[in-house]
Amino acid sequence: MALRAAFEKWSLDAPLVGAVIVLALFGVAMIYSAGQLEVPSSVTYGIWKKQLVWLLLALMAFTVVARVPVRWFEWAAWPAYGLALVLLGLTVVMGSGQGTAQGVRSWLSFAGLQFQPSEFAKLATILALARLLSARQDLPATLRELIAPALIVGLPLGLVILQPDLGTALVFVAILFAGLYWAGAPIGMLALLASPGAGLILSFDARVFAAYIVLLVGFVYLYRYRLYLIETVAVILANLAAGTVAEPLWNSLEPYQRARLLVFLDPGADPKGAGWHLIQSQVAIGSGGLLGKGFTLGTQKRYAFLPEQHTDFIFSVVGEELGFLGTLITVLAFAFILRRLVRMAELAPEPFAGLVLFGIFGAWFAHVLINVGMTIGFLPITGLPLTFLSYGGSFLLMSFMALAISVRVATGD
Amino acid sequence: MRTYDAEARRLRARGALVATVVLLGVLVLGFFRVQVLRSSSYRLRSDSNRLRALPIPAPRGALFDRHGRLIAENVPGYAISLLPAPVDSLRATLQALAPPLALTAARIDVILAGARRYPHQPVLVEGDASFEQVSAVEERRVEFPGVLIEMGPKRRYVAGPTTAHVTGYVSEVSDQELARPEFEGYSPGQIVGKEGIERQYESLLQGRPGVRYVEVDALGRIVGAFQGRPELSAVPGQPLRLSLDLELQQWIDRIFPDTMRGAVVALNAEDGGVLALYSRPSFDPNDFVGGIDADLWTGLNADPARPLLNRALNGVYPPGSTFKIATAGIALARGVVAPDEYMSIPCRGGMQFGNRYFRCWRPGGHGYLTLADAIRDSCDVYFYQLGLRIGLEPLVEAGNRLGFRGRCGIDLPGESAGLYPEDLGYWKRRFGYDGTPAEALSMAIGQGPNAQTPLKMAQFFLAVARDGTAPPPRVVVTDSVEPGFTLDISPENLEWLREGMRRVLRPGGTAYLSSLEHWDLMGKTGTSQNSQDPERDHAWFVGLAGPRGGDPEIVVAVIVEFGLSGSGVAAPIVAKTADFYLRRKHGIPVDTMQTLGEHLRAGRPARWAVWR
Repeated sequence: MALRAAFEKWSLDAPLVGAVIVLALFGVAMIYSAGQLEVPSSVTYGIWKKQLVWLLLALMAFTVVARVPVRWFEWAAWPAYGLALVLLGLTVVMGSGQGTAQGVRSWLSFAGLQFQPSEFAKLATILALARLLSARQDLPATLRELIAPALIVGLPLGLVILQPDLGTALVFVAILFAGLYWAGAPIGMLALLASPGAGLILSFDARVFAAYIVLLVGFVYLYRYRLYLIETVAVILANLAAGTVAEPLWNSLEPYQRARLLVFLDPGADPKGAGWHLIQSQVAIGSGGLLGKGFTLGTQKRYAFLPEQHTDFIFSVVGEELGFLGTLITVLAFAFILRRLVRMAELAPEPFAGLVLFGIFGAWFAHVLINVGMTIGFLPITGLPLTFLSYGGSFLLMSFMALAISVRVATGD
Repeated sequence: MRTYDAEARRLRARGALVATVVLLGVLVLGFFRVQVLRSSSYRLRSDSNRLRALPIPAPRGALFDRHGRLIAENVPGYAISLLPAPVDSLRATLQALAPPLALTAARIDVILAGARRYPHQPVLVEGDASFEQVSAVEERRVEFPGVLIEMGPKRRYVAGPTTAHVTGYVSEVSDQELARPEFEGYSPGQIVGKEGIERQYESLLQGRPGVRYVEVDALGRIVGAFQGRPELSAVPGQPLRLSLDLELQQWIDRIFPDTMRGAVVALNAEDGGVLALYSRPSFDPNDFVGGIDADLWTGLNADPARPLLNRALNGVYPPGSTFKIATAGIALARGVVAPDEYMSIPCRGGMQFGNRYFRCWRPGGHGYLTLADAIRDSCDVYFYQLGLRIGLEPLVEAGNRLGFRGRCGIDLPGESAGLYPEDLGYWKRRFGYDGTPAEALSMAIGQGPNAQTPLKMAQFFLAVARDGTAPPPRVVVTDSVEPGFTLDISPENLEWLREGMRRVLRPGGTAYLSSLEHWDLMGKTGTSQNSQDPERDHAWFVGLAGPRGGDPEIVVAVIVEFGLSGSGVAAPIVAKTADFYLRRKHGIPVDTMQTLGEHLRAGRPARWAVWR
């Protein structure tokens, strides 16, 4: 068991790293399959080799980062966070679209290399939030105490929305809630924090919104012994404000974003336009059946009905070619990785480590839910890649950095 | 309770695990539903996604003229489309394509709007690219990513604008047409006849498209043939032979005054077949093939000369003096006048009737006249009296029987009906007073409520050229000649009508300068006042011609808008048309120097001319 010995020597978490590497190799295989089309396209043909090179680079970076002392991460948290904000700010000013994400200014070009600062920003935000929350030893008991963490996440989140990249923005929301949850914020408090979001969505109908506000007031009343009066007022005002700005906000969305949200409600509304992705993805997954059409043999993909099959819709290729069995095993693999992260957070030697681990859990869980959920229409299409499976160099690299940080902080020295 | 003590972390971890299991479990259940429970319906959709029944266009039936010359054929056509791509790169490609394909900025915007609407479908750039354009694109193929060039049959009209008003044109079937029963079984995008012969004989010319099954990808690119289902081959459309004489039609296009508008209809006296049907100005039906350019279409519609108007079928003009032959025919048929009888009131430049003085066109008058000379001189006073003898009611009734209120029933779509009183109640309904005998005076010389198409006037004179009967003119001749109308006139009286018209082209006749060396040409001039320009009348001439001593073989009706003079402008066109046709029919070499007038102007001897 030389491998086992090597893991122990580096004090790495063998099940987690092993599962991730297997998943990443599976991703390379699926990216190879994504390039197997009846009419080969230069966009996808042979890119599995690039992904393999990136995987090797990521593994090298992993071995380096996995040996960095834990203190360094704590020290680096705030500078990294500041750098992330600067880079995100630059994308808003001079970012460009890339590959299958043409409409989103989320890429920066530097010395001939393109990368997505938002990937780095996720990690930096997790670290910064962990620094902030680990500094205190008691439970955040009031809403006011949630303002600082919310701001830490809100800044990069706002910049990401300006790009505009809704999927990544949702991941930031997940990071915030994961951190607060792990820091012990009461569920009711988190619900109040999330309530303006619900108000935003429910304001589509005046009667529904009115009923929601009544329920909210009732909830705040039951929860009154935990709240200051000013907080109560703030929550209700925030909800009312959310309901008011919903329409202007909706109008300020890009037309394609509006279309995607509308076809999420009714995919048949525009089957050849905005509904195309969802319909073709569902047909691909559904036609895969129990055992799939066979590796590289998916017709939806081969005949190019499935768009973005190497990035956002890689999971649809899994569903079409490997069937329900393939999707089940893939989801179980993610479940295993997520469970392992939670377990590591539980056993973490110090609060900072636990918060980092749980933040990474939150980010990855959001990626899996949003990406896999959109392929069968459970969630709107927001253009978010699937961790370790989707094609993309900087995304893979950053995911392995997160993995390295996870296994490093878990060891506690 | 400490925030991060072991018990608190255990509880939170458990909560997180429950959330993970529940949410991923819901996801897995969703996949179970889609992939296992509903798999068969998705599998069906996946199969039908890539199987496409492609229509194999049936070659449209060709059009030939009476001598077998090609009028409309099918040639290979090219369509240029772009594969789906982001709008910015489509715009870049279109801008690169702009010089070879002559795309305007407005056109590019229209194409891009279509691409935004259907971002995953190929977008059509040019439905009818020329071979040169395709070559230019092919040569620089690498510069134009995603360009798709497809080939299919395309209609070509050999003579273009010259035959446009006969052939009509083809283009894609419209949504409104698809909703109609006669287009049942047609599919969107199919090419159908829109006007003229193309529309009239659509069901014969169309044939039946075949079907082949192919596997296609999402961009509509054919990836391979599908072996599972056999191909259904196309049934070609039926070729049609028209009675039209293409060279005669082209000859008319050549001799018709360049700057003028009007129409020419030439009928075969034998069977009523249409030898030529010409309307000027015209349009090029080839422009419609593969989709007409929007600017061109707007221009055609906005043009004050109205090139899309088929003046032969839809131009309705007061017949003027050409109608006097109808009046004379009706009078002879009813026996109210003898051909050699002098009319009781001589022409002194007009005549008094009731409280009104009716003028003759010639202020100096014509004196005493018989029918034939009255036709030669087109004497209004003679025909006023003829109208009185017939009476208003019989005149109205006979006009209806001769079809002046209806359509000829030519095998072309959209023919306009003539304008003519239905009965005596017309004046009451239209003007609020009872028709008086004075109306008969106006009606007798082709004025009053009377307007006819050139086609109708040709059909009426067809009866004079034949035995008094005229079948509906036909562009595609069938074996059975349908009954049309009959003048019900004796051969002797018919000969008197012809004699009168013959004298029009004899010395002393107004159209003497249009007489011909070889042929017995007879005809009647007419001028029709029009509301657009009261100073410049439309000029009519309707003529019959055949070998001397024989029956007429061709009838030609000509209207020249604002032509002023029937004898000066319209008659030479009739003469030259008839001469061209008859010379070729009887094997006499064609000469561009045809009428007496042309011989005189050129100083050429005109042996047939007789001088008083």
